[in-house]
Amino acid sequence: MKINKDSNIFTFSFAIIMVLIVAISLAVVSESLSSMKKANKEDKKKINILSAIKVDCNRDNASELYQEYIKGSVVINSSGKPIEGDNIDAFYIDVKKQYRNKALSKEDKIFPLFIAEKDGSKYYITPLVGSGLWGPIWGFVAFEKDCNTVFGASFDHKTETPGLGAEIRESFFEDEFIGKKILDENSSFVSIDVVKGGAKEGSYHQVDGITGGTITSDGVTNMLKADLEIYNNYFKTIRN
Amino acid sequence: MKSTLFSKKNRKLLSDPLGDQNPITIQVLGICSALAITVQLQQALVMSMSVVFVMVCANMIISALRNVIPSRIRIIVQLVVVSSLVVFVDQVLQAFLPDVQEKLSVFIGLIVSNCIIMGRLEAFALGNTLWPSFLDAIGNAVGYGWILLAVAFFRELFGSGKLFGYQVFPDGWYEAGGGFYLNNNLMILPPMALIVVGVIIWVQRSRKSFPDELLEEN
Repeated sequence: MKINKDSNIFTFSFAIIMVLIVAISLAVVSESLSSMKKANKEDKKKINILSAIKVDCNRDNASELYQEYIKGSVVINSSGKPIEGDNIDAFYIDVKKQYRNKALSKEDKIFPLFIAEKDGSKYYITPLVGSGLWGPIWGFVAFEKDCNTVFGASFDHKTETPGLGAEIRESFFEDEFIGKKILDENSSFVSIDVVKGGAKEGSYHQVDGITGGTITSDGVTNMLKADLEIYNNYFKTIRN
Repeated sequence: MKSTLFSKKNRKLLSDPLGDQNPITIQVLGICSALAITVQLQQALVMSMSVVFVMVCANMIISALRNVIPSRIRIIVQLVVVSSLVVFVDQVLQAFLPDVQEKLSVFIGLIVSNCIIMGRLEAFALGNTLWPSFLDAIGNAVGYGWILLAVAFFRELFGSGKLFGYQVFPDGWYEAGGGFYLNNNLMILPPMALIVVGVIIWVQRSRKSFPDELLEEN
């Protein structure tokens, strides 16, 4: 029997078989690589957290150094109150997922805070998440024990333009934040702005923006303002 | 056997896309990604290798199935083959080269929309056997890749003063170090990619006396 290649039945059967084969094989690939992808993600997160307190590490020693420097963590709610619970692990709280979930109100979100010790000093590391030009941006900012002065910052992004907005993860940008403060002289919260055209000299609350990356820079500003305000609620309670 | 495998016609399949029939400079296809990921050499290299892989596999799969694919849905079939290969590449990079994958981010996914791949599937693989399709894919993908690397070379060198991430110009040359040199920021911006590609096209065409005739031949 000769198959009529132009018949509807042949066309449909071809399409169905093709889709099944493709779906199954891609599912197998994705599943078999999933543990590696998960480990890569966790290593990357540890690298980012550690780079906020200026500990250089790579994928090989990230877990080890993370154990060494990160001494504890707190999980707070949006008004800055710590949340207790056995099954809450700060490291595994997916702040990006919470950020994406528009149905989740601000009050229902929870915020992890990492406490690090390096060279005998205590640092508070806050995870941040926001939106850049094309997609999510995120970062970790480490504060000194006064909960005001920035000790270090690390930022990252998913899809910002290479060479422009993508530069937020370069050290020349991250290092600008060192020594900046989130409180003004009267101890009220002002955050840190990324300013187009250059920061005012000597300002504690401004850093230079990235040329050609204005929308990503604004995204960093908004992210800092929104998330640090929440962490500031918690910082108030431990500052004195 | 060897003489037929590499007959003159087959050799032309491989060599034409590198020069006279280059997909980027002559056919002006696949320009979008040539503009997007040529800021750094490393990205351009991984992108080129991914395109070589996707293109070779897709061309051979389509060529093998060319007598079975119903002609009414052939574009859809081509699209499904290309996009599943691209997803595969993306997954493998995520697992084994996570740092590179992060840098290339969306552009790996955008290989699907690379006109060269669909163009070769439609124009060549559907009408030819496996071996010529394989050569055609290698030729076109490498023809695409070397232009990408050439553009990335100039953009990274003059835009960031680096090659493959390693600094080329000594610190003393830079204004910050008391020198005379500044990186050209325009090189990093997308318009410069267009200009560099344009210059390559210009050089290539001025070396051939009758470029238009060359186009009409095929």
